[in-house]
Amino acid sequence: MKDEKKYLFDDPKNVKRLLHILYVCCALLVILDFVIHRHTMHDWEKVWAFYPIYGFIGCVVLVIVATWMRTFLMRSEDYYDNPNETSVNNDALSDKGLNKKGAHHVDD
Amino acid sequence: MWMIEIPPFFPFFIGTFILLCTRGMLRSAIMILVPIVSALHLSMIPEGIHLQFAFLDYQLTPYRVDKLSIMFGYVFHIAALIGIIYSLHLRDTMQQVAAMLYAGSALGAVFAGDLLTLFVFWELLAFTSVFLIWARRTERSYHAGMRYLIIQVLSGVILLVGTLFYAHENNTLAFGYIGLDSIAGWLILIAFGIKCAFPIAHNWLTDAYPEATATGTVFLSAFTTKVAVYSLARAYPGAEILVYIGAAMTCFPIFFAVIENDLRRVLAYSLINQVGFMVVGIGIGTALAINGAVSHAFNDVIFKGLLFMSMGAVLHMTGRINGSDLGGLYKTMPKTTILCIVGAASISAFPLFSGFVSKSMVMSAALEEGYDWIWLMLLFASAGVFHHAGIKIPYFAFFAHDSGIRANDPPNNMLFAMAIAAALCIAIGIYPQALYSLLPYDTGYNPYDATHVLAQTQLLFFSALAFVWLNLKGLYPPELRSTHLDFDWVYRRAMPNVLQKVFSVIWQIDRTLRDAMKLRLNSYLSYFTRKNDRLSVLLSQNYPSGSMAMWVAVVLAAYLLLSFIK
Repeated sequence: MKDEKKYLFDDPKNVKRLLHILYVCCALLVILDFVIHRHTMHDWEKVWAFYPIYGFIGCVVLVIVATWMRTFLMRSEDYYDNPNETSVNNDALSDKGLNKKGAHHVDD
Repeated sequence: MWMIEIPPFFPFFIGTFILLCTRGMLRSAIMILVPIVSALHLSMIPEGIHLQFAFLDYQLTPYRVDKLSIMFGYVFHIAALIGIIYSLHLRDTMQQVAAMLYAGSALGAVFAGDLLTLFVFWELLAFTSVFLIWARRTERSYHAGMRYLIIQVLSGVILLVGTLFYAHENNTLAFGYIGLDSIAGWLILIAFGIKCAFPIAHNWLTDAYPEATATGTVFLSAFTTKVAVYSLARAYPGAEILVYIGAAMTCFPIFFAVIENDLRRVLAYSLINQVGFMVVGIGIGTALAINGAVSHAFNDVIFKGLLFMSMGAVLHMTGRINGSDLGGLYKTMPKTTILCIVGAASISAFPLFSGFVSKSMVMSAALEEGYDWIWLMLLFASAGVFHHAGIKIPYFAFFAHDSGIRANDPPNNMLFAMAIAAALCIAIGIYPQALYSLLPYDTGYNPYDATHVLAQTQLLFFSALAFVWLNLKGLYPPELRSTHLDFDWVYRRAMPNVLQKVFSVIWQIDRTLRDAMKLRLNSYLSYFTRKNDRLSVLLSQNYPSGSMAMWVAVVLAAYLLLSFIK
């Protein structure tokens, strides 16, 4: 950490180490399922490794759905700042032109 | 003793005036002293009604203390103190005044014993807090603040109308259980719901909070939504509709949070998610569920404040807050990184952190009352909140790819404020009994049994595993500079566009009609002209009225002349 150039995670080995710790923890937690007797309140909880599976699948689904949402929700960063940028607003602009015509046409 | 009658908002409002007359160190000292003195004063107040007077035909109760309100009273004092310490480096009178008045208004609202007083502070909350957004002094923040103010004031107006209905129906203004069996009940629920960021009405929050100043957002995140949660807990415990609304609130924001680039907006979405847990608890309405909702509000003020403070520190030091611009900051901001991770662990409800001891109450209550599907949704939301607030925030700000930014840790006052919040998160997590003793009900709940701890740890670790797996596979959506459309698109884009179109059509029709009328008129005129032409040659040619006027003038002039001659 003291080194100006090298920080903790600049070394890929440390990242690997961290990931391995995570894997081991996950494995341990599943094994603990057999050791600790849990008093369940619901039938679903009795399914083998319910929480790990639910957590994992839940997050994967979350990310995949969120990524899919990007396909129709994503706009450029200044979408709201720049009213005359998108196609929708080109219409609006031409409308404005029309409005002006109308507005000036009160009486000749 | 008369001291007992001083409601807690009073020291804050008086403090604001003193603050305006002072500067420098003295001002800082006063700002720190106000919440401390006020909290000490509050701790000596017994339960009961301490201030009451008659207004027209109604009893007003500006100061009522009971178990529910004092809980929020304490946490608002803590939040005010932390926020003030966090913003001590500021030399911006506008923000300091706004923050003090804002905290005072929140305290006024939770100790209000009648609906009219509640309404007054409800509106004050809006008008004081908006200056924390405008204090950013950018055009964006100005517009966001305007939208925020309009929606907040709308909520207040609906509350006032609901209050009038309520007073008419029940002949009292007392603020207690209201329920949903009258128009007044529904109107007031809508007013509370807007401030509580119910789905569809939630965009003021995600729109405005990220546009506020680095310090302002810390205050904003603490008060407005929690006042709404308090009001719901008092007026609608056990209203079943809240269970479903709350469950929706826990689930939908996490999708937006995963793809959002502005890290403070990610936190704003996760704020809605956390408030959802509280709303579910209030909807279930059992002693355990209400306890869960209230204690989760208490914890959320602190850990959400901590997260907003850590992101505020990043914004303050680097000038950037987008995930796509940040990364690798752990190298030069190690203290902020650690404090942020404590906040992340707390919001994710890791055992031994504060979120765990309160969120699990709501979950247990949902299961006990047979809300199976709701429970599944809450479980999904728990995994999701860890995913976006627990991992994404620290990961993209402090780790991920190295952005090359080498910013230092923020000033000491910021670090100190964050350290207080982090210490509270851990202390409550380790020794929840202190928090439980303040709760409205005594349920003898113990969060630390093997089943709960194991289940929650498994859920969280496998969520982390999913994050790692998705990242290694390259499936994780990258941070992109972008805006994501949410419901606010309806009133920021769709409605203006539709109105513009409608008006242009109206103007066009108006123009065609007028043209047609004029054409008709002209043709009539020329018709009469032609008729006149045939009748008369001298007096009426093309412009019959004109020539007639002229001849009348000539006759009059002749008369005049004749009168002179005579």
